[in-house]
Amino acid sequence: MKVGLFIPCYINQLYPQVGKATLELLEKLKVEVVYPSGQTCCGQPMANSGFENESEGACINFVNNFKDFDYIVTPSGSCAYHVKKHYNIIQQTDDVIKVRKNVYELCDFILNVLKIKNLGASFPYKVGVHKSCHGLRGLRLGSSSELVIEPYSYIEELLKEVEGIELMPLDRSDECCGFGGTFAVTEDVVSAKMGKDKIQDHLRNGVEVITATDVSCLMHLEGLITRNKQPLQVRHIAEILNSTI
Amino acid sequence: MSHSKLAGIFNKDEKKVDWHDKALWFVRHKRDLSVHQVKGWEELRNLGHGIKAHTLSHLDVYLEQFEANALKNGVQVHWAANGDEHNQIVHSILKADNAKKVVKSKSMLTEECHLNPFLEANDIEVIDTDLGERIVQLAKEKPSHIVLPAIHKNKLEVDELFQEHLGTEPCDGDPQYLTGEARKHLREKFIHADAAITGVNFAIAENGGFVVCTNEGNADMGAHLAPIHIACMGVEKIIPKQEHLGVFLRLLARSATGQPITTYSSHFRKPGKGVKMHIVIVDNGRSKQLSRPDFRASLHCIRCGACMNTCPIYRRSGGHSYDATIPGPIGSILSPGKDLTKYSTLPFASTLCGSCSDVCPVKIDIHTQLYKWRQIIGKETPQPFIKKKSMAAMGKIFSKPSLYGKVGAVARWALRTLPKSLINAWPNIWGKTRDLPVGPKKSFDQWYKERENNKKTDQK
Repeated sequence: MKVGLFIPCYINQLYPQVGKATLELLEKLKVEVVYPSGQTCCGQPMANSGFENESEGACINFVNNFKDFDYIVTPSGSCAYHVKKHYNIIQQTDDVIKVRKNVYELCDFILNVLKIKNLGASFPYKVGVHKSCHGLRGLRLGSSSELVIEPYSYIEELLKEVEGIELMPLDRSDECCGFGGTFAVTEDVVSAKMGKDKIQDHLRNGVEVITATDVSCLMHLEGLITRNKQPLQVRHIAEILNSTI
Repeated sequence: MSHSKLAGIFNKDEKKVDWHDKALWFVRHKRDLSVHQVKGWEELRNLGHGIKAHTLSHLDVYLEQFEANALKNGVQVHWAANGDEHNQIVHSILKADNAKKVVKSKSMLTEECHLNPFLEANDIEVIDTDLGERIVQLAKEKPSHIVLPAIHKNKLEVDELFQEHLGTEPCDGDPQYLTGEARKHLREKFIHADAAITGVNFAIAENGGFVVCTNEGNADMGAHLAPIHIACMGVEKIIPKQEHLGVFLRLLARSATGQPITTYSSHFRKPGKGVKMHIVIVDNGRSKQLSRPDFRASLHCIRCGACMNTCPIYRRSGGHSYDATIPGPIGSILSPGKDLTKYSTLPFASTLCGSCSDVCPVKIDIHTQLYKWRQIIGKETPQPFIKKKSMAAMGKIFSKPSLYGKVGAVARWALRTLPKSLINAWPNIWGKTRDLPVGPKKSFDQWYKERENNKKTDQK
């Protein structure tokens, strides 16, 4: 099994530690991982802003980088979802179809492809799970609170195996944090208010560390936490699953 | 004004935003408790979706069947291509019997057609009889929610409003007293009405009947007392069979407020003795929306308002920030079909979190349609110069890995080196309320390449 590692643009540039944790974790699990060096971005920022056509170059570059892998794994539900759902704007060659089919969010890949639950991690903190929307309602990494189905959560299944961790339930289990890509800027007031309310939910429930499958949500929440000097930290789920504190 | 500007104004009073958010979240929570008690809820949603999709693809057949049956029942049927025609039809019906006083139960369609100002300009008094709608009517405002029209007002504001317009005593917002007074006031209006206008929740093709759902019984009170009943409906309100009500009535009230059924689900079919009954069937842009395959499903909507209650943006920006008849997520996919430029900011008033699509009782893919409207707006409406240029620049950077590496390095350097005061200054809107991460020295890309090089050196 040959796995291509996709590190989203903002993680590559601003949160390299998340990329490292993802790579180390996959290597720990004896996966043959390659990081193709010509990768950039999945194209979502332009597409969500109404400029899908400007994202075509990024989409084609993505496919060219990852077409030869059995699986493409990324520490981002949102980017994986974008490739799966919105790469219908480029010609549907065999390569494009293959890439769209085989792209996986990290937890989904570990649990459902590798079929591993216990990663031997330990993380002795009170953790609040932020269920990033594109992972939750796009990739269906868990049951959303709106649906009347048997509850499940891939993220929590993996986290429950982490030694010393205490998962803290929230008042609103899966409300959006308000990041939303360019929404964070074009609708900055509502975006910040949503983030602020989300953080209060975590604080109210005794959370010490907020985790998520997506650094984009965490970057937004961290930005507010730092600005308002609140007693909370954020960690991407790969950092927790790779942790042996 | 754009949605974000109006949302900014709403957010000047944070306490009010918190109250608005909590009030609507409470309704969403009630909805959750209620739907979780229904075995096969998701199957009901599938059925609702399927019946609507089928009906819309045979709309002409069912509408004509409905008309034929309604005529047989002794009901007069009128067709209106747009809002103006609708208003003129209603006016001509009233004029024919010299009706001057009208009571009207909730109808988003008549809001959409601006019926009230039209009738008022023709010397006809129109009283909205739904309590929430009466409140916004007295305040000379528009409904901010389709099920809870006055949800943006608190009881103290209602207290003041009633003192001014109904002559009530100051009561510190006592809901019991205020509703009692509203009841007295509305009873007077019901008794003296010359005509009653109602909306239509469901029109049944196979028997020409229709159903009006209210919690206050105000539609019944109006229709049973007045000698003229005019029911106004959009073409999409049609359902093929009576038995389909078993699907939709179960979906509607649970999704709207968490009730198992609306307090009054009133079935109308034939006019009573001495009563004239009219149905006005309105298109007003609906057939145009039907012709757009990507947006057709927006016509499935049964106006429950669940997408508003669940929407984290709606709850924190208020219904008026959408500046449209139907606010919230569903409004944001309906309105651009009416006026793309005027409503061009609405599809962007969303994080595409998808909660609206999951809560929708008839499974409208709302967030997917928001994304699709964005693409059309990007192409067909004038876009800010900066946005266009920056999108093209990003497109270029992300298609060329070497350029991307260089730009990334400069950005990281800036975030690492420049003082926060400069980073967070205009035009960095992000920085108004949030810090940016400190730029790391090495990108993941650089770290990985170094690691691979070291591995090779070690192997040598």
